[in-house]
Amino acid sequence: MPPVASSEVAAAVANAHRHEWAFVLAATVRVAGDIDTAEEAVQDAYASALATWGSRGIPANPAAWLTVTARRRAVDIRRRAATAQRALPKLLDLQESDHEPAHDAQEIPDDRLRLIFTCCHPALALDAQVALTLRLVCGLSTADVARAFVVQEATMAARITRAKKKIASAHIPYRVPGAVELRERVDGVLTVIFLVYTTGHTAPSGANLMRRDLAERGHELARMLRVLLPGNRDVAGLLALVLLTDARSDARVDEGHDLVLMQDQDRTKWDRPAIEEGVELVGEALQLRPPGRFAIMAAIAAVHDESQQWSDTDWQEILGLYELLLEKWPSPIVKLNWAIALGFAVGYVEGLAELDALGAEPQLARYPYLAAARADFLAHLGRLDEARLAFEEALILTDNHTERTFLRRRLSGLQA
Amino acid sequence: MSKYLIMIFQDEVVSIEDAGESVSADYVAFMQRRGAHLLNGAALEPPETATTVRRDGSGGFSVTDGPFAESKETLGGYYLIEAADLDEALEIAKEIPAGIGVEVRPVRVAS
Repeated sequence: MPPVASSEVAAAVANAHRHEWAFVLAATVRVAGDIDTAEEAVQDAYASALATWGSRGIPANPAAWLTVTARRRAVDIRRRAATAQRALPKLLDLQESDHEPAHDAQEIPDDRLRLIFTCCHPALALDAQVALTLRLVCGLSTADVARAFVVQEATMAARITRAKKKIASAHIPYRVPGAVELRERVDGVLTVIFLVYTTGHTAPSGANLMRRDLAERGHELARMLRVLLPGNRDVAGLLALVLLTDARSDARVDEGHDLVLMQDQDRTKWDRPAIEEGVELVGEALQLRPPGRFAIMAAIAAVHDESQQWSDTDWQEILGLYELLLEKWPSPIVKLNWAIALGFAVGYVEGLAELDALGAEPQLARYPYLAAARADFLAHLGRLDEARLAFEEALILTDNHTERTFLRRRLSGLQA
Repeated sequence: MSKYLIMIFQDEVVSIEDAGESVSADYVAFMQRRGAHLLNGAALEPPETATTVRRDGSGGFSVTDGPFAESKETLGGYYLIEAADLDEALEIAKEIPAGIGVEVRPVRVAS
């Protein structure tokens, strides 16, 4: 085979890292016996791809090549550990793994679901579930995961190590849960994926409104789960929600990087194919009784996405959907969104009364969108002094630079 | 198979009222159903019968009346179980018929 240019090899390895990491790691865990050994073996396999694909050519099925290489490496690592300890008996599956497995992806089982359910096990803390999912399913480095959640790398490394240790010592299983617990466990996975997406969609701090890379990872995870659980309507609901929210992202900031509210967005910039796909998925997701919370949230996003202009928005429909969501999921944040919908559907006075009532909610005490929504309704009602105070409160609570600029602009607009 | 210790917690008030009662029918049923997984277990006398022995840091001990940690939830009993993995251990834990909740801890394996 003729040698391949190093830039081409680097691109092929990077591509395989982005798209095949989860498959390769998940298939290696079985042979490696534990996640740490599997991770080390997979990292070695990628390094070996970078070193050898140039002279040997890029394999037709990179995922299969990487899996076979990583599995062989995992066997080596285990054998060496066994020799070092001497006490360990010869491992049972070594013999089986010793012979050359076929380079055919069909013969390698897709273990990605097992890996995802292990990372998102409810016996792990939610922040650990998110960190493990990004590290093990998406293949992000610990430094990147730390950056995504704005914590020190050492803190994140400790969090990941602690979670892996719990998986090993408490024997959190590497398997797909049974039918009885499946819906609850899938909901846990969807919560993690949605958290990855939303953290990217509106970054909690920093100069940019979005962390595009993180939002994309959330999007990819939602799509991966859709492929792995094609008939699951809760999964369809989450992918719909991500698509219908993401479809508007190009219109959320203007050329000057300033935030544009939905009412002022250029709707020709909305991603129509994404909206079409999302709307179809919502239809599928809502067939489940009772519908999942992500399906309801996606239905709300769909109402916005299908309105030709802001003044066409069907607020009665949105209000009804928020009421349905509140029944299922009575969180203060849902209540806040319901109150905003009430303001648009019924009147600012009624909406404001509900927002004021939410002021007593401890969970919203440091939530900037409550103050921002109050400020907006007060401004509409001509109560400018109170609106000014509320915008100032929202500013104190907001760390994202783009959102701060927007709030300052609204504030100075009031004073003019 | 892995071993887990399931610690059964109760409200302090309840544990005092229940003292001296015989094993409830619910527990008997649970132990029959899950007998194959139960290695060991016991119900405990209420916390006011507890005595705490602490090292005083200079080679001696201080002996005091009462449980090690004062809390509204007290340890009412335990099971040592064997299960395939944490999921199975949690399933068994959910079937324990009394108390306000349980803590499931893997037993350390010497390596």
